[in-house]
Amino acid sequence: MIDKEEIEDLTQAHEEDFILNVGPQHPSTHGVLRLKIKLQGETVTHIEPHLGYIHRSIEKMCEASSYRNFIYLTSRMDYLSAHMNNQACAMVVEKGLQLEIPKRAKVIRILMSELTRLASHQLWWACTGLDLGATTPFFVGFRDREVILDIFDETCGSRLTMDYNVPGGIMFDIHPNFQKNVHAFLKGFKKNLPEYHQLLTGNVIFQNRTKGVGYLSPEDTISFGCSGPTARGSGVSCDIRKWQPYDGYEDVQFNEVLETAGDCYARYLVRMREMEESVKIIEQLIDNIPEGDFQAKTKAVLKLPKGEFYSRVETARGELGVYLVSDGTSKPYRMKFRSPNFSNLSALREIAVGGKIGDLVANMAMLDLVIPDIDR
Amino acid sequence: MKFLIEYIGTIFKSLGSLWNGMRLTLYYFFHPKEIHTQQYPDNRDTLTLGERFRGEVVMPHDENNEHKCTGCTSCELACPNGTIKILYKNVVDETTGKKKKAIDEFVYHLGMCTFCNLCIIACPTDAIKMSHDFEHSTFDRKSLTKILNKPGSKLMKGVE
Ligand code: SF4
Ligand code: SF4
Repeated sequence: MIDKEEIEDLTQAHEEDFILNVGPQHPSTHGVLRLKIKLQGETVTHIEPHLGYIHRSIEKMCEASSYRNFIYLTSRMDYLSAHMNNQACAMVVEKGLQLEIPKRAKVIRILMSELTRLASHQLWWACTGLDLGATTPFFVGFRDREVILDIFDETCGSRLTMDYNVPGGIMFDIHPNFQKNVHAFLKGFKKNLPEYHQLLTGNVIFQNRTKGVGYLSPEDTISFGCSGPTARGSGVSCDIRKWQPYDGYEDVQFNEVLETAGDCYARYLVRMREMEESVKIIEQLIDNIPEGDFQAKTKAVLKLPKGEFYSRVETARGELGVYLVSDGTSKPYRMKFRSPNFSNLSALREIAVGGKIGDLVANMAMLDLVIPDIDR
Repeated sequence: MKFLIEYIGTIFKSLGSLWNGMRLTLYYFFHPKEIHTQQYPDNRDTLTLGERFRGEVVMPHDENNEHKCTGCTSCELACPNGTIKILYKNVVDETTGKKKKAIDEFVYHLGMCTFCNLCIIACPTDAIKMSHDFEHSTFDRKSLTKILNKPGSKLMKGVE
């Protein structure tokens, strides 16, 4: 399917230029992203991402559902950070209702968030290995992720789109085995993490393919609005958990991971060290879950007062912002999601142009894109 | 000369790191007990799922073919995407002899369900629950539209 604009593009291309389509069904794009790439020899001279292959108009669907229901649509945006997406939406409704949620719910939310972050980073690590030609990491990464998913399965009822947040807290109390299983997971994971470094971080081939590849300057990071590990790999401090703590992140001790090199390897290291920080957070909280209610009392039909509400969380990929305009009825008047992947993708041109086509895969892998979050 | 030493050094370093990774692979090759893979579907009989696992919405009936659904439509209203539709009929109450409404068909479109659990939470009488059946694939789309109350079933006594 070639549209008019594209034909113009193609005719304008230089004789030596080579136009290449990557996607929408290319395995290294991790979804239905299509990149139109202009090549001169092996060097990438232009990249144009084309979106819209998985657009489901989630924002519009949210406007047609009530304040209890729209939360569950957002699990399908960044499905690897489903819990954080739900949390952001629940938080924006709580902000509108001026509802203080119980301490226990907050702690469980953080625990689940960090477990989701771990699972997401493990999946990213596994796929990065596969993208760059190593098959074993794929299985090793999934091995540990499986343990987390089993924990989710037991407590929340499902493995990926957990749908555990409700306005006012969480849906049910944790499963009696939750703490025991998390301890078992932490023990296993801490033993396995050196294995990750042994397999990939220390590998010379991997280092050669990522070190010095895909430089992103701090200025570009800010001007493109990148967030999450992509920005922190360039030395831009942007962790929402530190800058605008929510749901009790202010009470836990952890470091914001920063690397200054700005290349693929730096982004890789940020994610690897973030896993360690997540483990730290979970260790602090798992034995200190306060007693009490896990859900604040809410009315059956929620109505937000007139006005605008905004909440932001740090998902595994960066900052997710939820902007809600209410007209006083039981449905949102307007919803807008500021998704981290969209901004991170826009920096791809900066990262990959001038580099070789072979490095594009490494660049894409280190951006850790989830395409349904870009398209929504 | 210096270049040559560096070059050969890199080769050895690469081989070393390659061996590092391969050692782990070989370790798992010779320790199959530590592998986590499950042999689905061969292990169907021993498969354990969490008790809260969301497979599909079902309506449990007791031995007298009675269910607990009063037809209050709380679940229908709670569902984010219109998966549930409740159709009514008029029945005559046995004790008082008055006409009253009861559910005729509890229609559940499995294909539209997002397994969010909201209907289960909304139900005041615990008439529906999530089953552990997760193998939903079918050749005919029509079979995804299910009627949850069994034919001829009645409301359980004492449930309002
Ligand atoms: S689980 Fe969710 S989507 Fe499915 S029927 Fe219940 S409320 Fe509707
Ligand atoms: S299943 Fe429960 S909530 Fe739904 S109509 Fe029946 S009684 Fe009401």
